[in-house]
Amino acid sequence: MRLIGISVDPPETNREHCRRQGYTFTFLSDTNAEAIRLYDLLHERAGEQGRDISRPAEFLIDSTGTVRWMNLTSSFAVRARPDQVLKAVDDLGLARASRM
Amino acid sequence: MKRRWNVSLWAGFLVVLSAPVTYLSFFVRFPATRDVPWATLLIFAAGLALIARGLGRAYREPLLYRGKIAGAILLTLGVAVFGLFGFGIFYLARQLPPSHGAPQVGQKAPDFTLADKDGNPVTLSKLLAPGPGGTDRANGVLLIFYRGYW
Repeated sequence: MRLIGISVDPPETNREHCRRQGYTFTFLSDTNAEAIRLYDLLHERAGEQGRDISRPAEFLIDSTGTVRWMNLTSSFAVRARPDQVLKAVDDLGLARASRM
Repeated sequence: MKRRWNVSLWAGFLVVLSAPVTYLSFFVRFPATRDVPWATLLIFAAGLALIARGLGRAYREPLLYRGKIAGAILLTLGVAVFGLFGFGIFYLARQLPPSHGAPQVGQKAPDFTLADKDGNPVTLSKLLAPGPGGTDRANGVLLIFYRGYW
């Protein structure tokens, strides 16, 4: 299982954020909201200075590229908990071990 | 007789102010106090109760306690802070787009190529596809979309 974070921030911002937070997983920049639009997650004018951002969402995708679990929160103050995600991973029989 | 300072009013107001501050700086980090902000609501309740107690004193024993006017102002401000917090958490935070077009369970995840934090392009399908020798294959991917603007 591999973690991929995505936000509209440029790579420099993500690099700084990952360094501060100690994140070692892949963090991608979707500055033009391409993937965010493909997944229909665009939250228009919700960012700083009215910029478009992504709503929070998580998708578990298996090796065939199929969505196996997803979470669209109803409040941006509430996100998927690690135990929920791990349970979904285990229930689907996917391996937890990560190759970064 | 010199009237006493109505400490309950001011302590209560400080407690009310501490509720959003401790939520944003501390309680928001833990799902148990974030998903339902019960700890923060308790702090609000304690603070507002203290202000109400102080205001009650000021009116019941005006010769003994100060704070009729200050108490009314602090209670109004305290309720306003509580109202703003509730509005933000229970209303604004839920104003999210419908996302009807999001890929559902069982559907193919749309492919994309984006730059990682070092500027190198990363393609979802390539992460999932077997590499040369088939050892470089990710068993699966957890895509986490963030609001960003850290």
